[in-house]
Parts: sequence; C-alpha cells; structure tokens
Amino acid sequence: MEVTGAQALMKSLEAQGVEVAFGLPGGAILPVYDPILDSTIRHIHVRHEQGAGHAAEGYADVTGRPGVAIVTSGPGATNIVTPLADAYMDSVPLVVVAGQVAAGSIGTDAFQEVDTTGVTMGVTKHNYLVKDVTEISRVVAEAFHIATTGRPGPVLIDFPKDVANTRVEYEEAPAVDLPGYAPPASPDPEAIARAVELIRAAERPVLYVGGGVIKAEASAALAALVEATGIPVVTTLMARGAFPDSDRRCLGMPGMHGAYAAVTAIQRSDLLVSLGARFDDRVTGKVSAFAPHAQVIHVDIDPAEIGKVRRPDVAVVADCRLAIEALVSALGEKGPLDAARLAPWTAQIDEWRERFPYTYDMGDGSTIKPQYVVEQLRDATPDDAILVSGVGQHQMWASQFWRFEHPRTWVNSGGLGTMGFAVPAAMGAKVGRPDRMVWAIDGDGCFQMTAQELVTMSAEHIPVKIAILNNAYLGMVRQWQHMFYKERYSAVYLSPDLPDYVGWAESMGCVGLRVTAPEEVRPAIEKANEIDDRSVVIDFRTDVTEHVYPMVPAGASNDDILVHPSQMGRAQ
Amino acid sequence: MNATSNGTAPYHLLSVRVENRAGVLARVAGLFARRGFNIFSLVVAPTQDERFSRISIVVDVESAPLSQIVDQLGKLINVVEISELHPDRAREAELLLATVTVSSRDPALVELVARFEARVIEENADESMVMAVGDTGALDEFEAGLEHFGIVELQRTGRIGLPTLIPAT
Repeated sequence: MEVTGAQALMKSLEAQGVEVAFGLPGGAILPVYDPILDSTIRHIHVRHEQGAGHAAEGYADVTGRPGVAIVTSGPGATNIVTPLADAYMDSVPLVVVAGQVAAGSIGTDAFQEVDTTGVTMGVTKHNYLVKDVTEISRVVAEAFHIATTGRPGPVLIDFPKDVANTRVEYEEAPAVDLPGYAPPASPDPEAIARAVELIRAAERPVLYVGGGVIKAEASAALAALVEATGIPVVTTLMARGAFPDSDRRCLGMPGMHGAYAAVTAIQRSDLLVSLGARFDDRVTGKVSAFAPHAQVIHVDIDPAEIGKVRRPDVAVVADCRLAIEALVSALGEKGPLDAARLAPWTAQIDEWRERFPYTYDMGDGSTIKPQYVVEQLRDATPDDAILVSGVGQHQMWASQFWRFEHPRTWVNSGGLGTMGFAVPAAMGAKVGRPDRMVWAIDGDGCFQMTAQELVTMSAEHIPVKIAILNNAYLGMVRQWQHMFYKERYSAVYLSPDLPDYVGWAESMGCVGLRVTAPEEVRPAIEKANEIDDRSVVIDFRTDVTEHVYPMVPAGASNDDILVHPSQMGRAQ
Repeated sequence: MNATSNGTAPYHLLSVRVENRAGVLARVAGLFARRGFNIFSLVVAPTQDERFSRISIVVDVESAPLSQIVDQLGKLINVVEISELHPDRAREAELLLATVTVSSRDPALVELVARFEARVIEENADESMVMAVGDTGALDEFEAGLEHFGIVELQRTGRIGLPTLIPAT
C-alpha cells in the first residue's frame, strides 16, 4: 500500500503498540499531524513541548512501556531537550519524533531549523535523522528496540518534512539488525558463584537497590533474595517502592538526605550488594570515604557503570532480575543460611533506626509543617496511589515520609533534578494508569515552571491532584544559603501570593484550594480525594524555616551526616 | 610523549570498527568530549567492507581508565567492535608530511631521508617536501632530524594499526 512518509511513521508507531503520544504541532511536523487524525494512537495535545517529554516519562515510569512524544523542529525540538536529558539520566524509555526542515534545506539556517541530532547526541541513548522514506519502519523499530532493551533510555527520530510528504510503499519493519548493539542478559555463573561466597561470608551486608531493579521488574526476585538471606535493603531515590517500606528489613533511602540507618549501615557494612544502582554522588558523598570497609558486588546491565565510581570485587553485567534470580538459585544450592548470623548487625541497625528516625518539630501549631502535609497525604491515600514529585525539599520529604509499598508508584526526576517535572509527569502517569489515584507533591518554584499542563489535563479529562508545598521560596537553595552562605539569601524568594495559585488553578479548569492552618490539612486532602472529574490543586502554606534532615553536606563523608537538630547530641 | 611498548604507557591505540553512518565521527568525538576523555590522535577511513569504517584512536588513559573509555565507547550503537592494539601484538604506522627549508640535494637531508626510508615528493630551489611512513617512535626521530633544517609545515596522520599476523601452522 502506498502511503506518505508521515502515514508510514504513524503505522510504524502503531505497529510498536503505541497507544498514546504527547505532542504539539508546528510547521515541520505538520504532515505527521494529518494522519494522527486517523490513527488509533491517542494524541494528547500539550501546551509546551517540555510537558510532552515529562508526560511521556511519567507514562513510561508507571507502565514500564516506552513513552512517546511528537514535536516540531527548532524550538519544538529544543524544548524537549530537558526531558531527553532527564530520561537519559534516569534510564527512562522514550521515543521522541521531532519534525525537521526539508532534507534539502538542512544546513541552510532555514526557518525553525536546528541541528537536532547534534544537540541531542549527548542526551539520548541514540538518535536518527531519517533521510530516506523507505527507512521509516526500520528506524522506528530500531528506536523502540534501543529505548526499551538493555539499559533503557530516550531515542530521538529527526524527521524532515519532505520525507514525511514523500510517498512510499509501506512495508513492515524487518527484524532489528544492529551489529553494534547486544545488551547483556544472563549473568556469568562464575561471577554469581563468587558473589554467593561473599554473601554467605558477610557479617554486615547491605543490599543497595537502585532504579535498575524497577526497570528490570525485579521486585519479586529481590523479595526472594531478602527472604533467602535476611540482608537489609536500602532503596535509592530511584528505587523507592522496589521493596516495601513496611518490611522491617527496609531501611529506606540512602544518600545526602537519606535515613540515618540506611546511610550508616552502608558506611559500616562489610559487603555492599549493588543491584541496578550507579554510585551516584548524592548517594556516595565523598567517594573515598564511602562504605570504606565494604567489599562490593556490582550488578548492572550497563558495563560502563562497573568501576566508573567504585571498583567492585565482583562484577555481574546482566539484567538485574536474571542476576538476582541466579543469586537466589545459587544461594539455595548451597543450603540455608543461619538466620542468626546477622543478628548483631540487624540489632545495631535497629538501634540506629530507633535513635535517629526521620523527624520534624510540629512547633506550636501555628504553621503548617511540610512534612506533616506529606504524612497526612500518605495516610489519607490508598497505598497503590502513584506519587509524583518535582525537585527540591518537597521531593526529599516526599521520599522520606511517604510509605512506598509497590514498584512503579513513585515518579520523580532523580539524576537530572529537573524542577517542573511533577505536573507534566503526573499527567503522563495518570494517562498510563487511569485506574490509580495520582498525587503530585510539588514545590511552589517547580509548579511555576510547568503548571500550564494543567490546562492540557482539564481539556483532555486527565484528573490528578497537586499538593503545592508553598513556602514562598526556592526552598532547597534557601536551605543551602542558610547553611553554607551565611544566610545570605540570593534570588530565592518567590512570594506566597504571587501568583495566586488558587486563582491560577481555577483559571486552568481545576479545583483550587488553599490551606493555611494545620487543622485544615486533612479535610482539604479528603475533599481533593473525593474529586475525580477534574484536577485539584491545593496551595499548602508551609513553614519556610524547615530544613531537610538528615543531611550530608556536598562532598563530605557520609560519616559526617547531620541529623535533625532535635537529635543532635545523641550518640552516633 | 610517545607510547612505548611497556604496559604503563599513557597512550593506548584503540581500533574501533563502526557502522558507516552519518554522524558516527561526531558521536565518537562527542563522547570523548563530554566524558572528559582525551584523544591524542584520531584517524577515520572506510574499510574494505563499505558498511563499516575503522577509527584508530590514540587515547590518554591518564584522563580515564582504559576500561571506562572502552565501555562507554561500546555503548554507542554504531560502534561494532573495539580492540586495543597492544604494541607487542600489533603493527602500527603513521604517515608524516613535512616541508623543510633545504634543497633536496643537501647531503644531510639526503642522508636523513635514506635512513628513514622517506621520500622527497616535491621540491623547489629552497624547500623540499618529504614524506615518511613508520611507527611513532621512528617518525619522532625523523621529525627531530628535520628540525635541524627548519620545518615550514608538518602534518602527521596519527597512529593506525592492525593486529600482528598469527604465524602460519
């Protein structure tokens, strides 16, 4: 059947099982927007291309399927560079189609021309410039294959307008043939055997669980590993929900604002079993002082992560689920471990946990503490709800005070730290899981960056709930200026009333609520939870003086963790 | 500074087979730039198989461990194969062109050219252009010899290499 290149693109996307695409049209992508009208793919018309990208990420995070975005050339493409970079850092499978000026005009500084493949080369797993209409089905098939296999990531397809208009006999994509791409799968049995020896011998082991466990759908395997070994678990910011917080063996989040017990257990461990984690600087602190007594087993599907930051004693380059299953199986062959062997270690951890839990001071009740809002949200919301956050203090409190019980219930921007992530990502999450309640905890600074996507949600009937922890500041920057810049507050004040968040929400078709006193917090949340025909924005006026604790100052050793002021003086 | 045959040389020669696609050189060069890996020299040219090109990269392993450079390079989709050419198990060569301010009949130049099996490929009354092929160490010596005459311009290609032949059995 002869079709246009644009039609071939849509058919190719349909052939990949795409159900939803987030996008915004423009000149160079116009030919693609015509066959979108006839496609089975639901197109969600965003208000800004950054929103399309983060929505596609939110969709991918909660479904495990690739997110798709369609944008035009030039500014359309550059507006989605941030989501590409975000997805690249957090290994989110995305396929972004960008319009491009006609192939013959490339290089002439044509209207809305930008070197999109050049600009995005460093922030994509791979990208394509389609110069020949006959390549379309192959390129689309390769793009989805690359985005979703191995270590997932974003792939961009740059699609010139004349190619989109050229007629071609549509043929289904041939089998993917990429001679330079062969992601590892099964673990090396010898490496597994050596890992098992270390695990069996360890007296103070910790499972350091990263986002790779969620990407690999390895939560059940992880639970089996914990069951077989009794080893305590820390879940990084990207791995919250990979192992249930309610399980006694879960120590919570490690790192700069991690739980004291999680941070300190790693520091004192004699064996760190890293599962799909990448020794990020926000986890390690000063690398040379990180887990100084630990031998390291590093399981990762990306060989370049092995030894990038910390040289492991055993490297397992494999799919995380297969590797964990192999560990469980090999441990089983060796016979059961003595459950009592870890008793002194877990007793020590329990002591840390009891002495230094996450805490905050409720004060005299005249101000709303942001942590209290998170706790109330948690308690009033079903445990399979999806929580999305922006970046900053509110993100850390969300990770600390929420209780994550299931994988793919936590959506956030970890590696890139993209302010403004929450609103569009919440939209994508709700599109991916319309059966779930989706809450976003956002900061006032973050909300201002991408709030326009609430218009999209109202227009497209995508109801989410947004809790703005409005402290009238760029709170995390303010915290650093407080702690490290002698309280010289530079360019961090935002005003609680400008903009009027309630009025803004209502003008975007949402319900807007304002909460100014602690006793109003729970009723407002319950009211929001009862509204499911449109989005709700709650402007929580929170205490500006709250800092995120614990905290390991940037570049410091994790041994120098600062606990909450009310806990200072307790023996560490 | 030159690579030597000892294992601690700061410069290693990687021979990288890549798919012959638009932008592949930019991908390789961009990766080195954004990861902070230093390239000492880089040669790219098609191979006998038109689907592939070969890139010979001399990398500075003091900027990053060789394994990290190789693993990051391996993540590029268009990179098919990476081999490190160890000096003991590879033949290496590079090409040097130089214009020097001396007549091609100058006995010292004639002697130098003969000693390095070089050639004079162009000349006028005052200047000569010479071409030499050899391993990096030999060309360093040749270049040092040319300096004596005054070098106007000089271009070296950087190292290329192939694994040594396995003895026939």
